[in-house]
Amino acid sequence: MWQALYRELNGKGFTVIAIALESRGATTARPWIEGANPTYPCLIDVDHSIARAYNMINVPQAVWIDENGRIVRPTESAGVTEGFRKMNPTTYEMPKKELDEGAAARRRYLDAIRDWVANGASSKFVLDAAEAKRRTPHFTDDIARAHAMFRLGRYLIERGRRDEGLRTLEAATRLDPDSWSIWRQMADLDTIGKSGGPEFWARVRALGPKHYYAPVDMP
Amino acid sequence: MTTIISGHEVHDVEARPEGGGLWLAPAQFEKVSGFTLKPDGFCRDAACIPIPPRRSAEFQRGDSINLAQFAALTHRPWVGSDAGDVWVLEEPADARNDSLQSLEAPDFELPDLDGKLHRLSDYRGRKVLLASWASW
Repeated sequence: MWQALYRELNGKGFTVIAIALESRGATTARPWIEGANPTYPCLIDVDHSIARAYNMINVPQAVWIDENGRIVRPTESAGVTEGFRKMNPTTYEMPKKELDEGAAARRRYLDAIRDWVANGASSKFVLDAAEAKRRTPHFTDDIARAHAMFRLGRYLIERGRRDEGLRTLEAATRLDPDSWSIWRQMADLDTIGKSGGPEFWARVRALGPKHYYAPVDMP
Repeated sequence: MTTIISGHEVHDVEARPEGGGLWLAPAQFEKVSGFTLKPDGFCRDAACIPIPPRRSAEFQRGDSINLAQFAALTHRPWVGSDAGDVWVLEEPADARNDSLQSLEAPDFELPDLDGKLHRLSDYRGRKVLLASWASW
């Protein structure tokens, strides 16, 4: 997904680190990674520890981190739109308007990264500290507990205690219903394909006016 | 035996939960929680969380320390399996919020496809786009 951008900017003090939130592990992630043949680091996070540390709730989300390890754009949707919600559920076709909007959003996001790499701290896409803090997603006690439940459920499944593990993951989704990564990972661990099946679409429809990917606020 | 997942580690301890508590020897408690019980309370680095007055029996029994009650006192998520044989102790929401609000990117260590470990801090000196994805 990021290879062309990485090739372009790698010599300019920039790297991508891609994290697969993948409880099925490297075996499942491997064909995807090898298919994209990336030269930037692609790491496997079976426990969704990055989601926990950075309060991520979906994929793809991204964080911009500067040369000193400082967050200059906290967790946000990474150049994606919600056009898929207009997808024809039988043909998987997307209306042209949504396709165009999606492509434009991606271009804008990649251009913003180019601007950051070229201009560093003076890039208009780098947030000042107050704004970066304001945009940082907030952990509640329920979200923290959901993450603990997620770890427990995943561990139980790994140890062969599938039913109990899935029940525990379900409890995690109830505590953090906004986390698509918890719900979709649970659905995937239940049955491959379920994460994009009828239950997924029912959940998306139930969002109503709420966002699946919150729009990225960029100048 | 009881398994406790905490931080990046999985600990196996002899103790079994009893009546909502899990009583550990001091050394085990320290390993699992990262805290030491001192006269000032539960201490890590220079900071101590005092045990509320007249409640020490909930936390201390002879030498043993109640990990479950420590979790409740310090707002750490503490969740267990049906049989009580596997538990997860997590960082409290406040600690996660403080960490993110400092704008210092939380470090991590994760493997690539070959099992080679990478830390975020290995990439200090470069701008990093940290991006999540998934097959599901």
